[in-house]
Parts: sequence; structure tokens; C-alpha cells
Amino acid sequence: MKEQEIIELKSLALKVRENIVNMSTEGGCFTGASLSCTDLFVYLYKKFLNINKNNLQDPNRDYLFLSKGHDVPALYGLYAEIGFIEKARLQNHLSTEDSIYWHPNRNIPGVEFHSGSLGHLPSVAIGVALDCRLRNQTNKVVVVTGDGELNEGSVWEAALVASAYKLDNLILVVDRNYFQANMATEELIPLESIKEKFEAFGWHAQEVDGHDFNQLEAAFKSTAFGKGKPSVVIAQTVRGKGLPSIEKRADRWFCNFNANEVQALLGELHDNKPAELVSETLVVR
Amino acid sequence: MNYEQLITEMAERDERFVIMTAENRALLRNIPKNDKIKNRFFDTGITEQTMLGAAAGLALRGRTPIVHALAAFLTMRAFEFIRTDAGIGNLPVKLTGFIPGFLSDGNGPTHQAIEDISILRGIPNMEVFAPADEEDMLIMLPQIWNSKAPSYVRANIAKPVLTHSKDFTIGKAEVISTGTDITFLVYGMLFPHVVEAKSLLEKQGLSIGLVNMRCLKPVDEQVILDSVSNSEVVIAVEDHFKIGGLYSIIAEVLLKHRTTGNVQSFSLGEKWFKPGRLDAVLEYEGFTGVKLSQRALALLEIVSKP
Repeated sequence: MKEQEIIELKSLALKVRENIVNMSTEGGCFTGASLSCTDLFVYLYKKFLNINKNNLQDPNRDYLFLSKGHDVPALYGLYAEIGFIEKARLQNHLSTEDSIYWHPNRNIPGVEFHSGSLGHLPSVAIGVALDCRLRNQTNKVVVVTGDGELNEGSVWEAALVASAYKLDNLILVVDRNYFQANMATEELIPLESIKEKFEAFGWHAQEVDGHDFNQLEAAFKSTAFGKGKPSVVIAQTVRGKGLPSIEKRADRWFCNFNANEVQALLGELHDNKPAELVSETLVVR
Repeated sequence: MNYEQLITEMAERDERFVIMTAENRALLRNIPKNDKIKNRFFDTGITEQTMLGAAAGLALRGRTPIVHALAAFLTMRAFEFIRTDAGIGNLPVKLTGFIPGFLSDGNGPTHQAIEDISILRGIPNMEVFAPADEEDMLIMLPQIWNSKAPSYVRANIAKPVLTHSKDFTIGKAEVISTGTDITFLVYGMLFPHVVEAKSLLEKQGLSIGLVNMRCLKPVDEQVILDSVSNSEVVIAVEDHFKIGGLYSIIAEVLLKHRTTGNVQSFSLGEKWFKPGRLDAVLEYEGFTGVKLSQRALALLEIVSKP
């Protein structure tokens, strides 16, 4: 990728992260989890997927299904920057006057299906992928899951079925941030090796740095799309990416910051100096 | 015409229809070999959850998936997928549950779908049906499958004991007879047994009403109100737990209309039924024509005592 393109993607990702921080107050949201997949969404919508504000109803568009629904601030934060929704609408977060709440829903342009209950959208995406193939369409069907979400048995049912049907238009992306809710994945239900698990299920599997746009580009350009098997891209990410004060912290999955903290964190996004945080953390242990 | 012939005919004519199963092909033996529709047949293996999610995905793309599995696993293993994907999405996903109620005969309680009506009707927009036999089912299915709502049908391929009215509308019951002593409200596979009970009771000079409910949701409220006002006793007959099934539905309807009546329940109460050959099960649980007539008579005697 050209340097200028990388600069543009980074600049967009920074704006999305600002939007996420701005939603992390007055009720809060799943800040840590949203920050880990921000670069992923920015890359997918800007460089990989044929989805734009003018083709959202076109059956030939690509699909992105967000299965780890609690990351939706990252999606809405991006939608506000690429014109799917008015940026001012983000201020309606958790207002009953709008539909911007903690999990995605189809009242927001760009959202293909509601989620929140984990382990559903790999299966829903299979249905869409089957239909695209039935109609001889070549659109891509991408579904983003969490890593904790891989605890759900239905993900592995879907992995079996997608492989059995050789759904090579289906691409699963795992936001591998090493945390599930309030625990480290490897401390609770160890997942490694995710890559070998999917390979054993008959998938084409790759692991990449989910914050490195060049690596993402290389991975998504070398999936098994059109080559007889479903693909998974395991994006190694950092929970809370961009905010050193909450990065890799089990207790900063859901955040509800006060107004001063939001200002400090917006500064932190730019200068990387950890802000002083006083608001309550989630402790489960 | 049978179930498979109907589904084949409708799918051949209309590309919206896709046929899915979680490796339950009892009613779908020839479809995988039919060149016109076999590309719209998806057997996902023993994966009720993924099948339901995929059905929602197909429905998002404009298809109407007709989805098959054993009723117990379809409605309960995949319940949250039905509720969350088809239900919240309000998508036309059409469920056909095989061997519901007593029809699981010798399988044992794991396979007994006797809370299916209760849990499915709790999902907003979900339509719930239980045809009396194969003929009844074939009369009902075209409308059910052409409706925009998600739906659940208790599959029933029993041979009919009488000719059903071809006049079917979603939300309407089939009134076989009206009577002043007892009215039986029944759905599904128990229908022929209630037909037999009715004839035994009529031989004793009683006036018996009989309604084939057909639809549990939306339910025919008027037929319930009429039954309560016309006869001494109304009996809801169902191979279902007492809670949440037809008896509960009747109670809800009567309360809504601020009325009441002597309504009794012949159901499975709060227990799974004793597994065995179907005829033995019906005998043991008291649902043969003879047993039903005796139980009804006993009820009437209690009511008639001064």
C-alpha cells in the first residue's frame, strides 16, 4: 500500500477512535472491545469491501456482518465518517429517540443484521453466502467475530457447515484481542491454536497483525476467495488499542467515563500519554 | 398429494422457496434428486442452530426457507436462533417440526415436543399451526408458506378420518359440529381420537361439539367464545403440557373478552408421557377415543350433580 494511503487510513482510524471515546460516557459502551477492531473495520470498508452509502440495497454489494455486536461503536464511529449516518447522530447514543444502543440493529444504514447474542452471524452469513452462490453472484460475505465468541458451539457448527458447502465466498475475521468480557481468553477457556483449529475444519486460515494495514491488505488479498473453501483471517489485536491507559486491561471492556476523562482520553489518542482515570472499572475476579 | 409433492410443486413454481433440513429427510426423500430444485435444498447436518441462522440469512436475501427437523430439537435446541434471528428479524422462516407431541411415541422424553406451542407462540409475529392430519396440513400449508410471518407447523402425515373443509384462513378454526353438552377443542394428531370419542358420546344421546383448531396463533377467538356459550363443558384436548398450550390460550381469550366458562383440560399436565408404541401410549395416557369419551362423561357427571 502507498504511504499516502496508509496515512489516510490512520487518520480515518483516529477519527473513529475519537467517536468511540465520545460514546464512552453518559451510560458508556464497550470501549476496549471497540478499539481493538477499529483498524480492521477501517481497512475492510475502505480497501476491501464493495460497500458504500449508495449501494446498501444492491444485492451485488459485499456484506459485512458484525457478530461480536458489542463492538458496534467502532462500526457506527466509522459509518459517521464515511457518510452512512450523520455524525451528529452519534450524540444520540443510548437515547430512545434513536436506535444507537450497545448492539447493532438494522435501523442504522449499513448494519446488515442485528447481533448481540454471540455465535449467530457466522450462521446467518452462511445463508447469505449460499444465496449469493445460488444466484451466481461474486460478492464477498465477511463476518467479524470476537475471540471469546469462539467459545460458542454454534461458531463451530457453522465452521463445519461452511466447510461442507465449500463456501469460498465467506470470510470470517476473528478480532483476536486475547480478552473475553472480563477475563483473558487463555486463562479461562484457552483458544490456541485458533489457526490450526480452523485448518482442521477445512478452512484457509491466516494470522496477521490487525493494526497493520499492509499486513491486512496482504492477508485479505490472499484468502481462498473463489478457491473452494471458506477463509478465516485471525487479526491479532490489542484491546483498547490507541489508549495506553486502558490497553490490554481485563477491567476496561465496558467503560463509562466522566466528561473530564473523555477530554483526557481524546488527548491521549493523539499524544499517547496515559490519562488519569478515576471512573469505576469492571472487576469480576 | 403428500407433503413432499406439495413442497416440490410450490418450490418448482416459485424460486423464493428453499428447503432446509438438519438431516431429517423423512418428508423430503426425492427433493435432493429433483433437478429443478435440488440446488435449493440444503441439508446442514445435525446443526439446528446453524440451520436456523442460515435460514435467516437466506430470508434476508428474499428467500422463504422451509426448515425441517425433529420438533423437539427444532424448537428447543435452536430456540434462541428462532427467536433472535427469525423472530427479531421478523423474517419468513417456515418451521416444520417432525414427530411433535405423542408422535415421538417410543423415543422418550428427550424427543417429546410437548412445550413447543407454548414457547413458539411467545415469539412476536410467530404463527403456530397444528393440522389434524395430512389432508388438513396440505390444505393449510400454501397459505402458511405464502404468509410473510415466521411460522411453526406441527407436521402430521396421518391419513384423514373425515374430509376437511378446503376453506382455510390463517386464524380460523374448522368447526366440525356444535353441541350443547360438551365441545371438544382439539388440534393435531389427537383429532381422530376425539372424532371417535364424539361418536361414542353421541351414541349415549349427548350433544357434542367438535372444533379442529388448526391455528394456535393467531387463534380463532370467536370459536372459543361460541363454544363456551353453547355448551355445558368445553374440553381442550392436547398432547402438550397444560401450561402454555391450548388451555392457556382459551383462558387468555376468555379473560380478554371478560367472560368465563367451564373449561377443562385433557393434556399432559406437568409430566412427560410414558414412551412406547403410539397405540400403547395413547391407551396409557388416556387419549384413545374410548378413554377420552369416558373421561369426558365423568366430567359431565360431576358438572350435572346438583
